[in-house]
Amino acid sequence: MTEIKPETDTLEVRIWRGRDDGRFETYEVPARENQTVLDVVSEVQRHHEPALAYRFSCRVGVCGSCAMTVNGRPRWTCRTHVQKVAREGALTIEPLRSMPRIKDLATDMSDFFDKWHRAGGRFEGTRTRHDPIQPVDPESRARKTANAGIECINCAVCYAACDVVAWDDDYVGPAALNRAWTLLNDEKHGDRRGTLDAATAAGGCGSCHTQGSCMKSCPVGISPTRSIAGIKRMSLLDFLNMRGQ
Amino acid sequence: MTEARLFALQRLSAMVLAPLVLVHVVVIIYATRSGLSADALLERTTSSFLWPLFYGLFVVVAAIHAPIGLRNVLREWTPLPRRGVDGAVAVFALVLLALGLRAVWAVTGGGVP
Repeated sequence: MTEIKPETDTLEVRIWRGRDDGRFETYEVPARENQTVLDVVSEVQRHHEPALAYRFSCRVGVCGSCAMTVNGRPRWTCRTHVQKVAREGALTIEPLRSMPRIKDLATDMSDFFDKWHRAGGRFEGTRTRHDPIQPVDPESRARKTANAGIECINCAVCYAACDVVAWDDDYVGPAALNRAWTLLNDEKHGDRRGTLDAATAAGGCGSCHTQGSCMKSCPVGISPTRSIAGIKRMSLLDFLNMRGQ
Repeated sequence: MTEARLFALQRLSAMVLAPLVLVHVVVIIYATRSGLSADALLERTTSSFLWPLFYGLFVVVAAIHAPIGLRNVLREWTPLPRRGVDGAVAVFALVLLALGLRAVWAVTGGGVP
């Protein structure tokens, strides 16, 4: 962490340009007292490099589209203050890893979302709009367990942080399994059998090595590691025919 | 067999193996430190039905546990075709089981005249 004097100092920003065979280009932008990494990227795009490709939408940590690798770690750029991550007044910004690069800082997230479905992440309702609303006890253990993982916004930070995802193409990754775990604990979900089968299939929870990078990097403090451990436990109890519920 | 079944079998076999390995190691240390001869050891292992039971269970559980782990390693770290890996570890399981049971047979009465 470096002390940056407002408006008088400059930041040295190295940004990945191109696709796989690209290169880093260095830009100098003014250092400001309150400045996020996304502000810096936008400043570069507006004043230095109009063709710079990157992705963002809400700018306040709700949409999950602006994640990038900042000084070697995956982060939401919109909620990361430069002062917290700059090393000696320098930033290195790359696209998220483990996803095909499209251009500059934009990656193709198709696999990431496809895997979300492959792990059984699709909700199946059991009632129609004509039926009364199914009551759910907010104090029930299952609901509390589901709530612990429900705030995921699919930013793919955990996916990019996971070393197993990096070396095993088949692994669905922490976000998809966390989603499956919330569905497995959702009493309104009509296909918990199908979700458990999908989440425990090849490339599912059995591929996780419990390294915990997902848990450490999640910007909203979810622990996919715990969710995956929950699926493993449920799978074991299911094998013993006692379903864990 | 589904991945979930293999996962469950590996975890459950690990739970059984853990205490068996501890007892096995303690017995090895005790037997080698107490200066027993090979004949004295064989006399002990052939004198009780608990030894063939203990090591028979050990061999069966190890023959379940080890091939599943080996399969995971091969699938994750080598480009070998999946069916090939499955076949190879199935053979490995049978070899482990046969060699292990033969050894148990030999030290618990079967091989001793």
